[in-house]
Amino acid sequence: MEAFYEWFRILYEDTGINLPFMYDEYDRGRILNGLWATIKLSAICVLFSVIIGMVGAWLQGSPWKTTRRIVNVYIQLFRNTPPLVQLYFFYFAVGILIPRVENDWGGTSPLIDSFGWAVISLSFFAGAFNVEIFRSGIEAVPKSTIEAAKALGFSRLQIYKDITLPLALRVVIPSLNNNLVNLVKTTTLAYAIAVPELLYESNQIWSDNVNVTEMMLFLLVAYFVLVGILVWAMNFWDRSLKIPGFGQ
Amino acid sequence: MNWDETKPMVSIKDVYKSFGTLEVLKGVSLDVMKGEVICIIGPSGSGKSTLIRCINGLNDIQSGSILVEGQEVNDPELNKLELRKKVGMVFQQYNLFPHKTALENVMMAPIRVLKHDKEIAQKAAIKLLRKVGLEDKVNAYPGEMSGGQQQRVAIARSLAMNPDVILFDEVTAALDPETVNEVLLTIKKLAEDGMTCILVTHEMGFAREVADHIYFTDGGLIVEHGNPKKFFENAKDPRTKEFLSQIL
Repeated sequence: MEAFYEWFRILYEDTGINLPFMYDEYDRGRILNGLWATIKLSAICVLFSVIIGMVGAWLQGSPWKTTRRIVNVYIQLFRNTPPLVQLYFFYFAVGILIPRVENDWGGTSPLIDSFGWAVISLSFFAGAFNVEIFRSGIEAVPKSTIEAAKALGFSRLQIYKDITLPLALRVVIPSLNNNLVNLVKTTTLAYAIAVPELLYESNQIWSDNVNVTEMMLFLLVAYFVLVGILVWAMNFWDRSLKIPGFGQ
Repeated sequence: MNWDETKPMVSIKDVYKSFGTLEVLKGVSLDVMKGEVICIIGPSGSGKSTLIRCINGLNDIQSGSILVEGQEVNDPELNKLELRKKVGMVFQQYNLFPHKTALENVMMAPIRVLKHDKEIAQKAAIKLLRKVGLEDKVNAYPGEMSGGQQQRVAIARSLAMNPDVILFDEVTAALDPETVNEVLLTIKKLAEDGMTCILVTHEMGFAREVADHIYFTDGGLIVEHGNPKKFFENAKDPRTKEFLSQIL
């Protein structure tokens, strides 16, 4: 392994292509931290935003006008404003209202740290789009199928959970895929509130080593691979939901 | 359910129903005794389907009264889920859950709605599928079955809830002539077993053979009713005569 790392030092000495996170243990730690933070942030936001989408679409079908209106205001607010502004709003404006707690070394730190705010902000951002995506899928479920479930005595929630949502899901995976890909790419905005994710850590490295070109290339490849994994997983999910004789 | 056999199980009195400005039912009354088979026939748009959809609360009525086992359906406080446990329904387009196998379609409502144990529900479902002659299609999805087979699964699904009365809404109208018979035979067997059935149908031969009582609707009214012999041979109303002369 050491020889492998050393090869990158030689590469740098011979060609000037500088990838310090390969041969320098400290920078390697930075990149691994950043990578882990990006994966964690992406996975949590994907999960929460999908849950928000499912719950929001359910609330949108509520018999109460107020509930429907609240969901619509939420969608408008988060869809029609820039995600960076939302992130700043949560971190700087809402964050200041949150109580501070004592930390390990005797000082105080905010109850929700920058990572927490990034999760909240980005989940709500992508969630707003997911509500609309799930709604489009729900609208594609035939009324007659819902009626059959009603006639069998299913409650509204049971119909949503057992009939509408599973059928809608099969319709919306392609557009859900799009939005989640965007979400993973948007996690880079967390850089702006100093979440130590991949872009932030890379910035630390290029500031120390002045190897901007190499780091930019590395970032492109890294996100290409990360998003590729997500797309692969979504396609796998899509195929596993296929029903004989239904759809295609 | 032990229902007092001297009183009608379903009692419809002076029911009015309109969709917007379109009046569909203009004062319809009929009674169904326990174990009776009732056929409602009449031209398209005469309100037949609307009428039976009012019995399990899929349509609301404007005025009048519908009593199912003494319980008023036209009551805003009515627990529709409880009503629908007693009243089964089979639809023209089968309306099976396309993402569930035949077996799952049949056992789903007993598990979800009646909270039956899964194993018991499964045993009962297999028995019902055997009863409708589909024991070899237990694991088939609706998309893999013919229309007649799907409709028989739908009948089994309705029976699985052990209803006191079943509504059949033009259940053979979407089938080809060859498969109509397999579905009609299934219904006939049910009727012979003493199930209370209310059918909307265009199958005159079937109505004549199975029905205890036939109602003829036109323009939102019941213009004639009687036992099959009287109805088909001695129709009094000119509209009924005209209708019968065209189809017989």
